[in-house]
Amino acid sequence: MDKSADRNAGKRNQDLPIVAGNGLIDRRALLGRGVILAGAVGAGIAPSAAGAEPLTDDPWSLEIGEATPPYQMCSKFEAKVVRTLSNPNNEPRNSHARTPHHLLEGTTTPNGLHFTINHGGIPVIDPDKHRLVIHGLVKQPLEFSLETLSRYPQVSRVSFLECGGNSAPMFSPEPMQESVQALHGLVSCAEWTGVKLSTLLEETGIDPSAKWLVAEGADSPHLSRSVPVKKALDDAMIALYQNGERLMPGNGYPMRLLLPGYEGNMNVKFLRRIKLVEQPAMSMYESRTYSQILPDGKAYRFYFLQEVKSFITNPSHGMALKGPGLYEISGIAYSGTGRIEKVMVSADGGKSWAQAALQEPVLSKAFTRFRMPWRWDGGPATLQSRAWDEAGNVQPTRAEFVAVRGELTKPPPVLGFPNQHYNSITSWGVAGNGEVKHVYA
Amino acid sequence: MSMRKHIVLAASLLLAATAGVSLAETPHLGKPLDEAAIANWDISILPDGTGLPKGSGTSAQGAQIFAEKCSACHGDNAKGGVAGALAEERKISGISASQKTIKNFWPYATTVFDFIRRAMPFNMPRSLNDDEVYALTAYILAENKLIGANDTMNAETLPKVKMPNRDNFIIRFPDRI
Repeated sequence: MDKSADRNAGKRNQDLPIVAGNGLIDRRALLGRGVILAGAVGAGIAPSAAGAEPLTDDPWSLEIGEATPPYQMCSKFEAKVVRTLSNPNNEPRNSHARTPHHLLEGTTTPNGLHFTINHGGIPVIDPDKHRLVIHGLVKQPLEFSLETLSRYPQVSRVSFLECGGNSAPMFSPEPMQESVQALHGLVSCAEWTGVKLSTLLEETGIDPSAKWLVAEGADSPHLSRSVPVKKALDDAMIALYQNGERLMPGNGYPMRLLLPGYEGNMNVKFLRRIKLVEQPAMSMYESRTYSQILPDGKAYRFYFLQEVKSFITNPSHGMALKGPGLYEISGIAYSGTGRIEKVMVSADGGKSWAQAALQEPVLSKAFTRFRMPWRWDGGPATLQSRAWDEAGNVQPTRAEFVAVRGELTKPPPVLGFPNQHYNSITSWGVAGNGEVKHVYA
Repeated sequence: MSMRKHIVLAASLLLAATAGVSLAETPHLGKPLDEAAIANWDISILPDGTGLPKGSGTSAQGAQIFAEKCSACHGDNAKGGVAGALAEERKISGISASQKTIKNFWPYATTVFDFIRRAMPFNMPRSLNDDEVYALTAYILAENKLIGANDTMNAETLPKVKMPNRDNFIIRFPDRI
């Protein structure tokens, strides 16, 4: 678009309801008043039809296509939409795979792109031989097979899952020049189906002295975490299905513990044993890895909750805007406490804010997609999102977060986990040439 | 259904009711087990020592096993290699997790036993017997000067090891426990 056309567009769009600095437009222009917006934009751009090439048939329209496969994969033209891997050769250490949020839309993470962290490779589990044992402070220890669990009443719920170490690069004292996938790729959202843990605990019975359960996986590290019985009786689930199909191997096949809103590592995969106990086991992962050092030298223990958070996925670091005009800012918001109440968006680094449209349905402890119409005038802009949940929790600014939790003295390795439970605002700086970079604002 | 099973079921329903669980019709397809059948899987250790098995080991015994089965990754004398150091003197300054050591951070010595027994060696988990796990635990604790060089670790002594950072933790959300 040349500059005279842009000025023209600006004049014709002046009746669009600008609601915050640097070109944020009333969200109702997107959802409730789409026709008005479309009309305005059409009038604004006013492209000429003269001289357009006549349409012709492409080769794929002139021949028989490929065979229909039994299990379909995405188009070969989407081959770049993949997870980034920390340990592709399965060296003897843990392996992370991060979700490419900047290449996805909506709120459901496709199963092949769901994030995963494995601590000793992915076990190849024969579902017919896998067993789940519930024992300890129960009336009757019981063993369940996958087949028997499938006979139990099934429940489905959409739930995000987030690693406690997601967003850890943002503890850096300067903004790391990394994509939303590298910064925030250790969170995903799926529909999980399985058996409520409380249903199984009804059958085993619970001794009143049981305050915790210790969940353990069938993977090689026999990963083990302690979970309060309170959560087990609230909304914990033995998940068997992920977005309608059996769990992906890296997500815990054939069964995992699902603790909606709680730190990913506690959602023990390949679940084989639950022991009810009086006190937490203080396993390595809870007493060392998932305890967070604070600036005064003390450390948090049993953080559990993935607190209210949001980030803009489009546009985001590494993208380039193609000239001034109308864009849709879009991103993800979620809270381990419940539903997202509202998301505010700023295009001027937090000086002014406008309320984003929330895509229905807005579900508890699940991804909520927010959208914000934005008219970029071609000048520098700093895009931010900030979320509130239904319990009144608000996503902190970076300054508020750092005041409590501190920051590192130098940038960490991007794949490292220097600290955890980072949930403050992410800022994307848009330069005059349209390039988008990670900034602190 | 036998009378005994009736009583057990009634008792468990009563228990569930007192625990605040809503009662519903469920299939009752779980296979009853006794704890003896679960014993081989039951490797949970609690910080008070609950679950620690019989057996014992010393640092001298552990040093031999460590050189043979652990030092390839964790380095000679547990000073670190491709996997982290297990014995080092370091003070925590700033918030980076990379500073955490067993000595300056881990609150309970039982966790050392628990993690070795369930997860190590990385390529052969569950291959060590309980005496070997006690010996390796003693070796790591002694190298960190958390126990004496000649102390024996067993189900009695291990939970009594005082870890320096034990009282330095804050429970983030107490109302969720």
